[in-house]
Amino acid sequence: MTSAGGGGAARDDAGDAVRVTVRLFASYAEAAGREALSLTLAAGATAADALAAVRAQRWASRLPPSPAVAVNRRYAGRDVTLRDGDEVAIIPPVAGG
Amino acid sequence: MGPWLTDRPIDVGRLLADVASAGAGGTVAFLGTVRRSAEDGEIAAIEYSAYEEMAEAEFDRIVAEAKARWPDARVALRHRVGLVPLGEASVAIVTAAPHRAEAYAASRFLIEETKRRAPIWKKERLASGEARWVDGQPGGG
Repeated sequence: MTSAGGGGAARDDAGDAVRVTVRLFASYAEAAGREALSLTLAAGATAADALAAVRAQRWASRLPPSPAVAVNRRYAGRDVTLRDGDEVAIIPPVAGG
Repeated sequence: MGPWLTDRPIDVGRLLADVASAGAGGTVAFLGTVRRSAEDGEIAAIEYSAYEEMAEAEFDRIVAEAKARWPDARVALRHRVGLVPLGEASVAIVTAAPHRAEAYAASRFLIEETKRRAPIWKKERLASGEARWVDGQPGGG
């Protein structure tokens, strides 16, 4: 797939990348100072890759070694492959009830 | 059925009416309420927040699992989001079944799965004005 023109040497070749939204909640959102961020990852990227990208951010020392993850509003394993437009959520320890 | 989340006080009478049927011999109402606790200082209220779209979907799944295990049970459930003052219910679960054993079992299942899986968080608001996140369970399906 070729990229849709303009902008010179852009690297926005849609066939080679997946764009996902990462949502943050509760103490994680507070630590990050935001509730969502967008990531562009290589095709074939997994939830683990998204987590690794989030870990590169300064606030992320707040994250535990293996936080729970949801993809498209359902708990998911770290090895699930992400698709363009997926919603990834990092789920802090839950305390409902 | 849902929506399962509400930002208003829970109307338990409404939930009882939702599960009422001529076949119900046993009905169980469970309320989880915001309590004062010595070790936590003076709690004025608890602020609940949720990943709302996922919480609704997770409650759909939890209730579907309960109905698969106890096919004769009828179920109603509400969970608060937002500020819940001391003494008010943060969660209400009402189950009705032909016999009490299924109603109790389904009720217990629903509250335990809610606590284990629902993407909901709470922040204690103390009388002193302090606020702090309450540690929860790891989460996961």
